[in-house]
Amino acid sequence: MAYSDKVVDHFNNPRNMGSFGKDEEGVGTGMVGAPECGDVMKLQIKVQNDRIVDAKFKTFGCGSAIASSSLATEWLKGKTIEEAEQIKNTDIVQELNLPPVKIHCSVLAEDAIKAALADYQKKAGSKTGTGSAQ
Amino acid sequence: MKLPIFLDNHSTTPMDPRVLEAMLPYFTEKFGNAASRNHAFGWEAEEAVEQARKHIAKLINADAKEIVFTSGATESDNLALKGVLEMYREKGTHIITSSTEHRAVLDTAKSLEAKGLATVTYLPVDKYGMVNPDDVRNAITDKTILISVMLANNEIGTINPVAEIGKIAKAKGVLFHCDATQGVGKIPVDVQAMGIDLMSFSAHKIYGPKGVGALYVRKKNPRVRLVPQMDGGGHERGMRSGTLPVPLIVGFGKACELCGAEMATEAPRIAAMRDRLQTEIMNALEESYLNGHPTERLPGNLNISFAYVEGESLLMGMKDIALSSGSACTSATLEPSYVLRALGVGTELAHSSIRFGLGRFNTDEEIDYAIKKVIEVVTRLREMSPLYEMAKEGIDLKSVQWAAH
Repeated sequence: MAYSDKVVDHFNNPRNMGSFGKDEEGVGTGMVGAPECGDVMKLQIKVQNDRIVDAKFKTFGCGSAIASSSLATEWLKGKTIEEAEQIKNTDIVQELNLPPVKIHCSVLAEDAIKAALADYQKKAGSKTGTGSAQ
Repeated sequence: MKLPIFLDNHSTTPMDPRVLEAMLPYFTEKFGNAASRNHAFGWEAEEAVEQARKHIAKLINADAKEIVFTSGATESDNLALKGVLEMYREKGTHIITSSTEHRAVLDTAKSLEAKGLATVTYLPVDKYGMVNPDDVRNAITDKTILISVMLANNEIGTINPVAEIGKIAKAKGVLFHCDATQGVGKIPVDVQAMGIDLMSFSAHKIYGPKGVGALYVRKKNPRVRLVPQMDGGGHERGMRSGTLPVPLIVGFGKACELCGAEMATEAPRIAAMRDRLQTEIMNALEESYLNGHPTERLPGNLNISFAYVEGESLLMGMKDIALSSGSACTSATLEPSYVLRALGVGTELAHSSIRFGLGRFNTDEEIDYAIKKVIEVVTRLREMSPLYEMAKEGIDLKSVQWAAH
């Protein structure tokens, strides 16, 4: 299977690879996938004043899964929560020229974005309420 | 050293230049049809075929007349299973095979089952991928006509106790077919000592040309008969019609001759390189697991699972080394290797497996390069893996509720 140049580039030079502390101020963490399916993505955002100021990922999976999550972190940086919610898996497919068998990698990346946003919102919400973050 | 390096010798092998040299005249000046009985062109071709047949038979301790040429091991497997079933179906229609056979055997068995022509028992294997001869014995019924168990597995290299299975088959009066595609030419094969009645193998796995293989069909004690699956001119004792590909057969013969002459020195040399590859990689990388039998294994085989990294990404990181993975992402079915699953390897580790296949033309320098590269890439991908991070934090990955998709 031939990979697109962009997939190869993200694979060889992953952007924003790493982790934030889960309990750090303004951090939302999304973890999706399962080891037995062959891919797990962890995507984290750091939010200040409703804007994503930083993003990081770690991915267990094929080259396309790594590239999809790396690209997602690039796109997330600088976006507001509302803008980030608009990122679609089809945008990732198009940008990376993913073949049909690799579309699930882009779906996983979109799920990871949604999970990270939800986690951030839950934490932000719970801070104003009485409960503590998970 | 030239890149990329070929470490996928279970899939195919480069042709030995000495094989090519032997073949060349048979494409041009010696182009006769081996079945032409009335002129020198035919005689010359026939003589070359018979000479090759002798070399091939000698490598497996058979008689030249017991070698039936086919297009390759897949055809040989098909001919063995379908031909035996069709010939002996009055006697019974039960076939015994194992769950880690090559697809050429498994899918043939499944196709016979689906058509209602046979009932098939798929024997389990132990954690090393080995068939237990007692399981074979216990599975035999009065309707069993054929046992088909491979000599050595193509993914994990485990060598089955074929001679014991052959003994059981003989005692019970059941025919024994062995797919020996990965074993012939690499380890000693003796159809007499191993009690094999039918045996599949091919040329391109032993530094010969693609497109030719053989089915060994025993001629006495017992005399095995087959219904041909290809009708035509009645070549190959009526078992496989079709004009013989003389240049390919000459190459096959030469390849077998070379394997016979060089196996005693070649096998230990390749095993030493393989052992070094295995030791240095596994010493450097924690949580790397050997798949297959630690000792009863093909000299050129090494299959390792690297926990927390996915196989296809490993291959992508080592794109200047030709390797194979049991990962789903490298297969058309999106299922990880059924062979590794049959050993009880967890799905996540099956996704993380890499198969190294060493062969005649690999060098120490290439192995040095591969060792360095594997350690570097696994380390890099583990740093990128959320699973590795969690494991380092002391989280038991099995206790995590994964959001499966």
